[in-house]
Amino acid sequence: MAKETKKTAPKANKVETTGHVWDGIEEYNNPLPRWWVWVFLACIVFAIGYCVYYPSWPTANGFLRGTAGWSQYKQLADRQAEADAAKAPFEAKIAQMTPAQIAADPELRPYAVASGKAAFAINCSQCHGAGSAGAKGYPNLLDDEWLYGGTLDDIYTTITHGIRSKDDDETRDMGPMPAFGRDEMLTKEEIFNVIAYVRSLSNKALPGSSAIDEGKTIFADNCASCHNDGGIGNRELGAPPLNNAIWLYGGDGKTLAETLHGGRGGVMPAFSKRLDAGTIKKLAVYVHSLGGGEE
Amino acid sequence: MATTAQEPKYNETVVKLFTLAAIFWGVVGFLVGTFIAFQLAFPELNLNEYFNFGRLRPVHTSAVIFAFGGCALLGTSFYVVQRTCRARLFGDPWLPMFVFIGYQIFILLAASGYVLGITQSREYAEPEWYTDLWLTLVWVAYLVVFMGTLIKRKEPHIYVANWFYLAFIVTIAMLHIVNNLSVPVSFFGTKSYSLFAGVQDALTQWWYGHNAVGFFLTAGFLGMMYYFVPKQIGKPVYSYRLSIIHFWALIFLYIWAGPHHLHYTALPDWAQTLGMVFSVMLWMPSWGGMINGIMTLSGAWDKLRTDPVLRFLIISLSFYGMSTFEGPLMSIKSVNALSHYTDWTIGHVHSGALGWVAFISFGAIYYLVPKLWKRERLYSLHLVNMHLWISTLGIVMYISAMWVSGIMQGLMWRAYNDYGFLTYSFAETVEQMHPYYVIRALAGVVFTSGALIMVYNVWRTLKGDLRKEAPIGAATAAKPVTA
Repeated sequence: MAKETKKTAPKANKVETTGHVWDGIEEYNNPLPRWWVWVFLACIVFAIGYCVYYPSWPTANGFLRGTAGWSQYKQLADRQAEADAAKAPFEAKIAQMTPAQIAADPELRPYAVASGKAAFAINCSQCHGAGSAGAKGYPNLLDDEWLYGGTLDDIYTTITHGIRSKDDDETRDMGPMPAFGRDEMLTKEEIFNVIAYVRSLSNKALPGSSAIDEGKTIFADNCASCHNDGGIGNRELGAPPLNNAIWLYGGDGKTLAETLHGGRGGVMPAFSKRLDAGTIKKLAVYVHSLGGGEE
Repeated sequence: MATTAQEPKYNETVVKLFTLAAIFWGVVGFLVGTFIAFQLAFPELNLNEYFNFGRLRPVHTSAVIFAFGGCALLGTSFYVVQRTCRARLFGDPWLPMFVFIGYQIFILLAASGYVLGITQSREYAEPEWYTDLWLTLVWVAYLVVFMGTLIKRKEPHIYVANWFYLAFIVTIAMLHIVNNLSVPVSFFGTKSYSLFAGVQDALTQWWYGHNAVGFFLTAGFLGMMYYFVPKQIGKPVYSYRLSIIHFWALIFLYIWAGPHHLHYTALPDWAQTLGMVFSVMLWMPSWGGMINGIMTLSGAWDKLRTDPVLRFLIISLSFYGMSTFEGPLMSIKSVNALSHYTDWTIGHVHSGALGWVAFISFGAIYYLVPKLWKRERLYSLHLVNMHLWISTLGIVMYISAMWVSGIMQGLMWRAYNDYGFLTYSFAETVEQMHPYYVIRALAGVVFTSGALIMVYNVWRTLKGDLRKEAPIGAATAAKPVTA
């Protein structure tokens, strides 16, 4: 048989069939292709070698550990230790420094920004967006508009204690914006008028009207205590300026009506409960670096 | 041939029913798959709780694997076992008919449960306990019909196709029963809890899940291959010896490969290693089927020029070879560390499901329809050819989009910057994948269009129409003759 097979010339099927026929189907008795046998054997040899080197076979009291001494948990721990060792000198310095000092240090700054970016992707991007551009109700962190201040220390404090966070006594909480409509502090007409006034603050092109004039009076009586005269805002209270066409929830009539009717009171978690101080410092440096950081 | 002389009357009714059911469920499965591909690209299409991705995804997978693939396997196995044993089906006519009707009821029970949110949340084993019990009953009836037919065979030997079909039936019964062992919460309630917990549960599930691929989608369809390929070519199978060796090697090795789905998880290291090395050793036994199929064509390659049905069978074997190489490759731990949980896996599954399973089934359906309905030939071979190339294009679009998307996804997840921090957020990786999701959805449209051409062709064939057309490849085939 082996002699016949040294040339499996396709033109002449010299190989015999097995002699069986099923519904007209016959089978040649060709030998196993040599390369097939060798590759199969090679795979088996590889498998045996792999089983010797790595943990492989269960035994009465455990399993064969393999000559490599490898385990997936050890691999993880080793790589983690390696990464931690590379970061250790940076982290040691960061622990001793303020965010402002870190940002001023030419060696630490790029490290803090890189680390802060990664921490941002994991902890912050869900609300503020992967590109930090924010979303409705979640401030854009790329511009120079800050509700509570944009210095490194301000940002550090905001991240640490959060905004209106229930589980942090030092959180920034001056109370929410009142629900002027729902709580019947203003009538529908008054809300309509004050919206007209507020919109005129950031859009000088709007033609004057009696609604704007009446709205100005209502604003002075009800809104200016937080948003200040002329709607220039007040960071002490987290009250945004209303005169710069930057809107947290939206500046169209419908959204403003929602805001005035139901009030607003956005919440940001206090990250001191979740992250170590070093990470928060690095986050502050990163967010500060995005474009709108204040001195 | 002597065999055709006293050919007994075979039960072809049940084969006809399964063939039509396979075509119907195939189109349903392809359409749902295309729709959920669009849902991934455009999440607005998650219309309500009944038609969101989470509920429609098992409808798609079960429709293509168990409804389309299952009907193709059950139908062809009944056809093949009768002819290669020269025996009418055991229990004929009622038991085979029970298997057909019972299997359709199983499909409807499973699919209706998914849409209503009734699920065990076990991949490819989502149906709850009441559906599982029903399927067990149907499957045992199927085994009885098949075994009974083998036992009363008039041929002295059992043909290789039947070994594979039998391995498929027996192993699926074992996998189905063990993986679905559970305790129903109440007699009239749909909810049950698995008998297994924790990592044992995960391992049982992937022992089942991978062998659903191994014994349903590989062994079963190899049975189909071993009949329809030599029949369509009209030549003996390449190697009897190879068929024995690769059969037993495949059966023995496949059953251990499941743990490769659980690399770098709570599964102990040693079990992961075994899952991986058994998968690597599986490479050649898997390829044995491809070699035996393609080499059967040796000396008759010119038939590919004129026979689009044969093209389906041979292309399916090529995709089979490709995905059974890719599988062992992806089971290697360091490759898996990149590929696991990414779209690469989805691409891999579809090169097998579309390229191998669907194409070998299309080939078998095109072979069977004129024979079962006693037509001279199919309505149009040119339409078969159109189906072939359109659907091949769909597969290539699909798997290349998923390769690019999956490898990109894996690389982005593990990308570090100079200081050792992760470079990308999860949302950024999702955003990058969007164009490939659109391509994948369009590939679904292309593949399904091909299947609809088959529906039209089969329908006209059943009507008894013959399209007037030139033979395929006539111009090129004529040349050597005149020269």
